[in-house]
Amino acid sequence: MTLTAKPPLVEIRNLTKRFGDRVAVKDLDLCIYPGECLGLLGPNGAGKTTTIYMLLGLVRSTSGEISVFGESISKRLKQIKLRIGVVPQRDNLDPDLTVLENLIVYAAYFGIDRSAAGKSADDLLGFFALKNRRDEIIQHLSGGQRRRLLLSRALINAPELLILDEPTIGLDPQARHLIWERLEDLRSRGTTMLLTSHYMDEVSRLTSRVLILDEGKVVAQGDPGEMVADTMGSEVFEVADSPEKLDALEKTLCSCKVDIERVVDKLFIYAHEPCDKLETMAMTLSHVSKRPTNLEDLFLKLTGRTLREN
Amino acid sequence: MWFLFYKVWLRNARVWRKHVWASLIGNLGQPFLFLLAMGFGLGRQIPQIEGVTYLQFIGPGLVASAVMYSGSFETMYGSYTRLTTQRTYEAILMTPVSVEELALGEIVWAATKGILSGLIMLAALPLFGLIPSPWILALIPILFLEGILFASLGLIMTALAGDYEFFNYFTSLFITPLFLFSGIFFSISAMNPVIQKISLALPLTHAVNLSRMLCYGRIGPDWPIHALVIIILSVFCAWVAIVLIRRRLIL
Repeated sequence: MTLTAKPPLVEIRNLTKRFGDRVAVKDLDLCIYPGECLGLLGPNGAGKTTTIYMLLGLVRSTSGEISVFGESISKRLKQIKLRIGVVPQRDNLDPDLTVLENLIVYAAYFGIDRSAAGKSADDLLGFFALKNRRDEIIQHLSGGQRRRLLLSRALINAPELLILDEPTIGLDPQARHLIWERLEDLRSRGTTMLLTSHYMDEVSRLTSRVLILDEGKVVAQGDPGEMVADTMGSEVFEVADSPEKLDALEKTLCSCKVDIERVVDKLFIYAHEPCDKLETMAMTLSHVSKRPTNLEDLFLKLTGRTLREN
Repeated sequence: MWFLFYKVWLRNARVWRKHVWASLIGNLGQPFLFLLAMGFGLGRQIPQIEGVTYLQFIGPGLVASAVMYSGSFETMYGSYTRLTTQRTYEAILMTPVSVEELALGEIVWAATKGILSGLIMLAALPLFGLIPSPWILALIPILFLEGILFASLGLIMTALAGDYEFFNYFTSLFITPLFLFSGIFFSISAMNPVIQKISLALPLTHAVNLSRMLCYGRIGPDWPIHALVIIILSVFCAWVAIVLIRRRLIL
């Protein structure tokens, strides 16, 4: 049985949110199926965090329906939230409390009793390599430790759905790898996840399906590997040279089945099928690099290379 | 559906225990200094008021004002910090705790701090020559409601505030005038009728009057009015505070 044959854990239909004149999310449809990790991608301001906040009842939708675990959030928000864990984009650990207290106090909000909370907290601090920091105050933690604590906190209620809003933002490679390993471990144990991230390597590694948002709308969705191969081809040539030479090159390649993108003094050539001219070009020009296409290429193609936040 | 407010209360109580002395001195310093300055300083030069010494006269009012100060300051500076820089509210709202429970937890917590300050002032009254009557047991629920009232007003300010400076309006234009003109330092019954009426419009006046009645054990005929005003205002302000906090937090 494929994942999509089961009823979705999260079902969003026709979701729209306006803040005054600004449309943050427009007619969004989204399903998350049990056991999958869905990646929600998009430039800053595309509506990812707003969607998550609507899912949690922290932002009221303008129109549309959200149901989680088969129940409408407008009717059963409290019961639904009992089964969700959240790693927010911006750190909101309780700075008045120690590492351990952050977990114990958070568990209390879920109605988990003190002894059960203590045991879960111990396990989670072990799982995220924070055991020797348990009595530390939050201000003394490094960025990576704070993120790991946020993850521990999100798991204190053993959630069936884990929402990760840029979980490794601003971390060094070591810390990111540790978090990825833990998330893969959770995924293998069946935890359903919704992940937003700007790190395409993270998305490729963790998600089984992605949904790309731009300006509040879905612009593409599917299996990340298949989407890249279908839209971008398998390889890309990056050519750096003088504008005249690039102009000439563009002309010679017009008979090949390629997509060409010109960015200032650089040419990106996406080959959909082998082409002799392309191979010759790669051999003769000096500033050419050839690499496999990736999710970042697709992302930039769909959402543009220009900065969005102006 | 409202029971999780207790968890918010517990969270605040846990943090408070860590800085208990700083917190108590912050809340009690001012009324104690007033008791010393006005009572021992000014009081020596003032004859008896309403049949008691000046020190005995101002003591019950300062009990009521201690509740007002610690209740409202907690929901202004404390709650605003948790709302903004600390993002504690956001974290709490990601759990099953609802925004109504969160706001109620904050109000009840601040009222708890208020009543604690009031009780300490009450316990200190004998130092100033006032042995309270057994009626003060009835004062405890009154002080708690007074705490709810001022905590709610503080939380309303927090819901409306864009920065900490905003609280200066409330403190300078509301709290300080209440402190000075609610009959703590002079007898309102000796004033002209217009001033008496204005004074009755100030919420603290009712708490001061009840506090005085119950401390001296001299229960006047108008006690039900004072009690009713405090009950109605505390419930109404708590409701407004919850509505405004919900509007601020749920976009």
